[in-house]
Amino acid sequence: MDIRAQVSMVFHLDKCIGCHTCSIACKNIWTDRQGTEYMWWNNVETKPGTGYPTQWEDQEKYKGGWERDSRGRLKLKLQGRAGALTNIFYNPSLPTLDDYYEPWTYDYKNLFDAPEGDDQPTARAVSLVTGDFMDTLEAGPNWDDDMGGSEVYAANDPNILKSLSESEQQSLKNLEQTVFFYLPRICNHCLNPGCVAACPTGAIYKRGEDGIVLISQNRCRAWRMCVSGCPYKKTYFNWSTGKSEKCILCYPRLESGQPPACFHSCVGRIRYIGMVLYDADGIEQAARSPDDGLVDAQRALIKDPYDPEVIAGAKRNGIGDAVVTAAQNSPVYKFVKRWGLALPLHPEFRTMPMLFYVPPLLPVIAAIRDGQYETTAGMETAPADETGPNLNTVDKARIPMQYMASLFTAGNVDKIKHVYHKLVAVRMYMRSEQVGDQKEEDVQEALRRADLTPEQCISIFELTSLPTFEERFVVPPMERERAMDGELPPLDPYSRKAAGGFGFRDAPARRF
Amino acid sequence: MSDVIFVGFPYVAVALAVLVGIYRYRSDTFSYSSFSSQLLENQKLFWGSALWHYAVVLILLAHFIAFLLPPLWGGIIGGPLRFPLEALGLILSLVGFVALGWLMMRRFSTRRIYVVTTRMDWVVVGLLLFQMLFGFVISLSYRWGGEWFVSSTAPWLWSLVTFNPKPEYVTAFPFLIQLHFFTGFLLIALFPFSRLVHLVAFPIGYLWRPYQRVIWNRAPRPGPGFRTS
Ligand code: HEM
Ligand code: SF4
Ligand code: SF4
Repeated sequence: MDIRAQVSMVFHLDKCIGCHTCSIACKNIWTDRQGTEYMWWNNVETKPGTGYPTQWEDQEKYKGGWERDSRGRLKLKLQGRAGALTNIFYNPSLPTLDDYYEPWTYDYKNLFDAPEGDDQPTARAVSLVTGDFMDTLEAGPNWDDDMGGSEVYAANDPNILKSLSESEQQSLKNLEQTVFFYLPRICNHCLNPGCVAACPTGAIYKRGEDGIVLISQNRCRAWRMCVSGCPYKKTYFNWSTGKSEKCILCYPRLESGQPPACFHSCVGRIRYIGMVLYDADGIEQAARSPDDGLVDAQRALIKDPYDPEVIAGAKRNGIGDAVVTAAQNSPVYKFVKRWGLALPLHPEFRTMPMLFYVPPLLPVIAAIRDGQYETTAGMETAPADETGPNLNTVDKARIPMQYMASLFTAGNVDKIKHVYHKLVAVRMYMRSEQVGDQKEEDVQEALRRADLTPEQCISIFELTSLPTFEERFVVPPMERERAMDGELPPLDPYSRKAAGGFGFRDAPARRF
Repeated sequence: MSDVIFVGFPYVAVALAVLVGIYRYRSDTFSYSSFSSQLLENQKLFWGSALWHYAVVLILLAHFIAFLLPPLWGGIIGGPLRFPLEALGLILSLVGFVALGWLMMRRFSTRRIYVVTTRMDWVVVGLLLFQMLFGFVISLSYRWGGEWFVSSTAPWLWSLVTFNPKPEYVTAFPFLIQLHFFTGFLLIALFPFSRLVHLVAFPIGYLWRPYQRVIWNRAPRPGPGFRTS
């Protein structure tokens, strides 16, 4: 057992209101420089939808992540080692700027300086790459926002195309059946990252102490293989500096005890962050599991932070008490392991992403009565078994379960249904407690089916609906000081100058 | 004059390449990059970059083998492989010339690429373009380059390496060939001041490095080029 610590995350999709505050918080801090305008380390997409960059989930096109070959071995989908060196002059699977969008601003000055005339002056769009006027804007960072049901966007969602039959695809276009929810995405700080493996130079690495995945700006040589290697398209190429960049999980904030900016600013309070302890020896084995077993294999990697053997293993690897305590209080551990509610996004990419999602119930709980779409508004008058949470809710789901399974369980419908059964059971139980309109035997049946106890339902309800800031964000002291000074013989402090923080003494700009 | 062009200048060029190259690597590792422009333009790059690189890498390889191992090269070129090799060299220099011309056109005509092109890019691409053309014309008109290289150019280069310079090996060459030598060393001199440094960053280590990399703060193991002081 090789116990390591990882900063891990949960996004509770039921709570996301699609406000994009997270994206803006991130952009204002990290990606407001030339060459990064088009990057959204945090982006919020509408699902079903094509996403950003467009159709990023289609790995036949982008070749991201890992594959299991016929003998059960793991291979990068992009290319082998020799392939990296022969494709280096031209990467056949690189998204181009047009797959994201061409960033622009507006010619605001014209609003003030335009000569007097018969027409209102306009502020034309100006490309932030070329500085030229842009006559048509064809794509933007969240161009498919709220476009569930769209022929252009939702209909071309790779999950829709992959998991649903013709008629199911058709029915999602009916107005009454249109459905969408938000999917905020950041780098998953994976256990088996495709970006790290694809980089020919080895410029990308995982930090041992907390698992944050970073690109060394000094070692990146612009071979741009990581952009393809990441199946989530969460490394981006800075066209101005000639370096790849990605989400750094706000490590300077984490190291001073604050949650990352997108977490801190989240309006829907959907985000949870906490440490988990995992067994690094098992990563490869887990990543090689057959599709069906991937979710369970990944869960099994995460170890019980109260288990004395695990604690001893953590000690052996120099993980401090504060981190172990944080792992014990981790909201992520509860959602992922204890309750089994949170799932990795696209586990079949086999990078072992450490950002987990609680799938959204909202588009599930609803019904059509007399051709009318009913949500909570109809609940007072409708019989509870038609619109309220009930034993049939999941089977009557408005969005096909195959679709959700394609997102979160590598196509395993039973597994995603089980999670939904839990979510419904919590609602039924809490409703029976607080409103009292649920049949007792139904509630018991729901709990049994979901493998939940009433106490667990209350805990889930509390951490979902009422958590405090400190319960959502359990960030231990990152112990940089111990990392440097705990070593014997002590390190020369000067050896750390410029290597901590960003370490740039020259502007990160192209000079030659 | 020939002492300046064929003795002094080569020493200056190589000294610049090595010393400035190392200095730049140590003081400004960040600037070592291939400055890929593929994100901005994809389609034209494919033909240009793939053909250009395969051509130039193979041609350079032939030059290096002929320079470093003249007997081996002389043996090969004196045998039945002479004609195919000379023909291949001729074709490659043409391919390289056309592909680089294509890349230059791309830089001129694609707005996105034009704005990310530095003055040094123009200089380097322009010089390489001429160099390729010279090479092509030479291999066409002064046959067979593979042979006279071994008996004149290689000894001249070795005389420089051994600090016993003998420019007389090459002073009698036609102007075009001398120009080819000069441009070659000019490119070597410009190497540390341009994007050309990307060729020493060739990541051959990828063939054997473990896929995953973990770096610990508490036991720092700085890799090559990872600046810690
Ligand atoms: C040794 C292996 C080499 C590798 C791995 C390599 C790799 C690259 C890469 C990745 C690019 C960027 C292509 C893009 O825009 O995406 C590039 C561009 C370039 N390389 Fe190389 N290169 C090598 C050797 C050379 C050599 C020997 C020369 C010339 C002496 C050369 C000259 C150039 C030039 C002029 C460009 C700019 C092309 C343009 O976009 O206009 N390269 N190289
Ligand atoms: S999600 Fe992050 S860690 Fe995982 S492969 Fe992509 S960039 Fe790398
Ligand atoms: S800030 Fe929170 S609620 Fe708003 S879009 Fe981002 S994740 Fe969703």
